[in-house]
Amino acid sequence: MADKVFIALQNNSEAQAIIEAILEDNTNAIANESPGMVKIDCPGRLVVRRETVAEKMGREFDLQEIHINLISIGGNIDETDDEFVLSWNS
Amino acid sequence: MGKAKRLGLKERYSLMTRGLDWETTYQPMDQVFPYDKYEGIKIVDWDKWEDPFRLTMESYWKYQSEKERKLYAILDAFQQNNGQLNISDARYMSAVKLWLQGITPLEYAAHRGFAHAGRAFRGAGARVACQMQSIDELRHAQTQLHAFSHYNKFFNGMHGFAHIRDRAWYLSIPKSFFEDAMSAGPFEFVTSISFAFEYVLTNLLFMPFVSGAAYNGDMATTTFGFSAQSDESRHMTLGLEVVKFMLEQHEDNVPIVQAWLDKWFWRGYRLLGLVGTMMDYMLPKKVMSWNEAWEIYWEENGIALFHDLSRYGIRLPKYHEVATKEKNRVTHELWATLYQYGNALGLHTWVPEDDELDWMSEKYGELFDTMYRPRLLFMRDQENAGKRYFNNRLPMVCQVCQIPVFFTEPDDPQKICVRIVEWADTKHHCCSDGCADIFNREPEKFVQSLIPPQQIYRGEAGGARDIFEYAEWLHLKKDVDTGEYRGSPDHENWEAWRLEKPTPQTNSDKAA
Repeated sequence: MADKVFIALQNNSEAQAIIEAILEDNTNAIANESPGMVKIDCPGRLVVRRETVAEKMGREFDLQEIHINLISIGGNIDETDDEFVLSWNS
Repeated sequence: MGKAKRLGLKERYSLMTRGLDWETTYQPMDQVFPYDKYEGIKIVDWDKWEDPFRLTMESYWKYQSEKERKLYAILDAFQQNNGQLNISDARYMSAVKLWLQGITPLEYAAHRGFAHAGRAFRGAGARVACQMQSIDELRHAQTQLHAFSHYNKFFNGMHGFAHIRDRAWYLSIPKSFFEDAMSAGPFEFVTSISFAFEYVLTNLLFMPFVSGAAYNGDMATTTFGFSAQSDESRHMTLGLEVVKFMLEQHEDNVPIVQAWLDKWFWRGYRLLGLVGTMMDYMLPKKVMSWNEAWEIYWEENGIALFHDLSRYGIRLPKYHEVATKEKNRVTHELWATLYQYGNALGLHTWVPEDDELDWMSEKYGELFDTMYRPRLLFMRDQENAGKRYFNNRLPMVCQVCQIPVFFTEPDDPQKICVRIVEWADTKHHCCSDGCADIFNREPEKFVQSLIPPQQIYRGEAGGARDIFEYAEWLHLKKDVDTGEYRGSPDHENWEAWRLEKPTPQTNSDKAA
């Protein structure tokens, strides 16, 4: 199985929309909750899509806003206006 | 006039950040940037530097100010609502004290280190990334001091962090770690701090420990912890980027980078033993044990990262398997050490309660039940008999990591591990093969380490003749700032506040 990438976000109401969007767009992703935070693991590749997050939030969303609630990541990043992708090359 | 097409993030970032620097003509570039070649790292094309987050200074200020607004709103609420009363137990404060004394000064050291590294790189992309990180680290030091200052009104041992940072034997562990990095060249500095420490290891500090702070009701630490960690993701990315950049620029860089990864993995792992001890022993309400955190953040996530780097010819760091062998004992060995040297610590130690021992049995299994539980119960019996054990001599510490030499052999948890290294007719002691290798690679550097117990015995600690005079020199008051938790003013205050909920007393009423 491919190595897992991960993204961890603060567990607050704003981040909730991002978490929901990630789980919807990455069917293999698993959310692990611990106090104050949610860590989402996914084999190989994980994508955060601007459109899905905006839909969940009910407003426009700039992907760089993710910095405000981001806790940590594991994986190589590729970021555009529409997608924030984490992946391992192996 | 037609509306101009909006540029994509990659194009915008490129336009905003490239072509801003220039080749100097009054002075040769090698004299303007004298430090970025002597380590042997070969850079063919600095323009190949990629910043994956593509954050311009404009967006940087925008998001940082948003983070600060959120943080300070919460700190105000915390202070106004007597947040100190909401923590799980006053024993928890030992973790906060260790953070303030040991970790916050590292944030400030990182601020200085990245300012220096940023100045040293001739590539503009790397300079900007270091500049942002330098500003971030100053923010972390300031927000931590600000958040902790509220606790300082109610708990002992927090009054002189800057004074003891340069004098306390146990704080030379984090201090020497960072000074080793800061006295290296700029590429090694960024590899050590951004990559080995931040990418590979600080997840263990800022994720399970800060989550533990949340679980223990510490709104102040949780808030600045996660706020700092949001910057940390950017720092980790810088770390991975600088490592990939060096490896892609020239094949001669590979063995240099590998040696740094070996060194800094081991140094970082040793330092994080203190964090593991905070998680296992100083959090009254437990979230995750050290061995579980090690399994998730190293054995799963850390190893995935090294698999990714294997395409450059990088292998797993040396002695990673030793660290994994030690995962079930390192925190228990460290706590027993802190417990016995409690007369020279600016925080309290204790024997855990029964339910905590049961939790440790569940997490650590047979090794805990055969080796560490009986020792803790023996310590408790001694204490109940009025003979609370203190080791009032000074420990022999490792010449490299500066932790007392008490860890055990990788394959025998009942045998103390000591490695003697020699250089220029002098003998030095190391705690492990990992630290001995680091010494042997740069003996000229590590032979100069200032070893606190040796300095104290030489009279360099204000002439202190014993551990009690030494604690005075640290401005630590016996049995108030130091020593056993049970019966301490912190403990008594906590009981009074919890039972009666009166207006809280300040330290000066009770302790001073």
